[in-house]
Amino acid sequence: MNSPALSPTAAQSQAHMWVVFALMVAVLAIAPMWVYPIFLMKVMCFALFACAFNLLLGFGGLLSFGHAMFLGSAGYAAAHASKIWGWNPEWCVLFGTLGSGLLSLVVGALAIRRQGIYFAMITLALSQMVFFFCLQIPFTGGEDGIQAVPRGKLLGLFDLSDNQAMYVFVLVIFLASFLFIWRVVHSPFGQILKAIREHQDRATSLGYDTDTFKLIAFVISGALAGTAGATKSLVFQLASLTDVHWTMSGEVVLMTLVGGMGTLFGPVVGAAVIVTMQNYLAHLGAWVTVVQGVIFVICVLAFRRGLVGEIAHKLKKSL
Amino acid sequence: MEIFGIPLQAFMGQLLIGLINGSFYALLSLGLAVIFGLLNIINFTHGAQYMLGAFVAYLSLTHLGVNYWAALVLCPLVVGATGVLIERLMLKHLYKLDHLYGLLLTFGLALIIQGLFRNEFGSSGMPYPVPEVFQGVFNTGFMFLPKYRAWVIVASLVVCLATWYVIERTKLGAYLRAATENPSLVQAFGINVPRMITLTYGFGVGLAALAGVMAAPIYQVNPTMGADIIIVVFAVVVIGGMGSIMGSIVTGFGLGLIEGLTKVFYPEASATVIFVIMTIVLLIKPAGLFGTQK
Repeated sequence: MNSPALSPTAAQSQAHMWVVFALMVAVLAIAPMWVYPIFLMKVMCFALFACAFNLLLGFGGLLSFGHAMFLGSAGYAAAHASKIWGWNPEWCVLFGTLGSGLLSLVVGALAIRRQGIYFAMITLALSQMVFFFCLQIPFTGGEDGIQAVPRGKLLGLFDLSDNQAMYVFVLVIFLASFLFIWRVVHSPFGQILKAIREHQDRATSLGYDTDTFKLIAFVISGALAGTAGATKSLVFQLASLTDVHWTMSGEVVLMTLVGGMGTLFGPVVGAAVIVTMQNYLAHLGAWVTVVQGVIFVICVLAFRRGLVGEIAHKLKKSL
Repeated sequence: MEIFGIPLQAFMGQLLIGLINGSFYALLSLGLAVIFGLLNIINFTHGAQYMLGAFVAYLSLTHLGVNYWAALVLCPLVVGATGVLIERLMLKHLYKLDHLYGLLLTFGLALIIQGLFRNEFGSSGMPYPVPEVFQGVFNTGFMFLPKYRAWVIVASLVVCLATWYVIERTKLGAYLRAATENPSLVQAFGINVPRMITLTYGFGVGLAALAGVMAAPIYQVNPTMGADIIIVVFAVVVIGGMGSIMGSIVTGFGLGLIEGLTKVFYPEASATVIFVIMTIVLLIKPAGLFGTQK
């Protein structure tokens, strides 16, 4: 997909990006003084999820409509590792990440055999398959999910059942992953990915094996979505079917769209907006779905750059 | 009498259910294929429009006393008209953009429609009576075949084949196929392509609504009925490839049958068998059984 936010000159200078990044870190560091930390951790988990998804859509031009399968299955993996095997949280998150990475390798290898709309449909169908799988096999606990997952002790030292310690843990994971995505986007690999997004045939004619690049992007994206899912299951001490359901795949598309696809900070803003909205509208039940649908329609028809994309466009800088 | 250790009656019963499901897969994937052919948009709202068809039938029966036969004609027209509105007001602005925006817009619309109906009717199902003519069963000797189910299979076959005939064998269909290949050239010959696109979308949506009306007496009318089926239909479309109308019909019925057979021999896999087949087809023939890779 085209990303109007990126102009070639703006991509050169990154100094302003560091300013925005520092601002984000500052906000996340002091916010727990006023805002409920669990809510902030939820925002960070979804922000990471959306950033991972955006790596694929915004920079690779691949719309996956099944990213919930990576979020959800990593959640199950981490919850199982923590509750049944008693692993430390850092290993649980790593386990979830690798598990989702492996799953995305298989799914990606299948899905990149078709392009565009078919790619979206295939990922959706495969994630539905994963959903039924999670519903049927015993270790996920079916409709109940895995409940009362212990957060464990980080490195065997720091007890994460304390929300403050957990907050720092989630913050570090989020920031590290964000920096990693940033690095990937601006690496030669990221540039080739953008070239494939703009014109796949041309990239092929330049000698790039486009399928391999797309697959690598898919695996990175899936694995990071797994990191988000694993962390989320530790935060809420719960892994459930909600996270593997297709509505979750729709939500991450919405977050990215609202924030601005193809921008680095967009998905973070989008996740914050959507999670906040869900929080305030939760008592309205199915109206939340309606509101989300309306936002989808508005974004597609009139607001395709998204919040951050719009700002970036005004400032003529990439964000 | 038994087949592979399964009582014949149970075997045929599951096959029948498979055929019924297949009828709906065929009708829905046919509509998706027709829309995709001309608009290059995957209509994510298709499931919601199928559900709308069933609901319009249910509501017009309970509030206005419109019977099944009238509903069979009216619902596709009403829901098709809403489709025309959606195309004129929204979709038409997206044709110059990446096709994925069409998918996102129709996904949003599906959320809105399904959310509104869930608010109004909850998620429990509403029963729709089987029309009087079709109450009762045929005794075929080896099994009892409910009359209504037989009707659904025959009717959807007829509708599918009629659609195939119109598109592949008539002049109107020729215009349609030509516009699929090269819209600007067809327009240069004095054919109103934008109107054709609008009506095509309306027709595809009408097909979904028709499927919804036919489904109402079999499955209960409920707000989530469309969301459940649409993902399976997407897989059906990937398996068949959207290039051919006949392909959608054959794949739809075929996969319904396979799903039914799976219920007999390995019930645990019946929810996933179509996705597994999709995976296999992608490995062997990525363009789909009847598709051509562009």
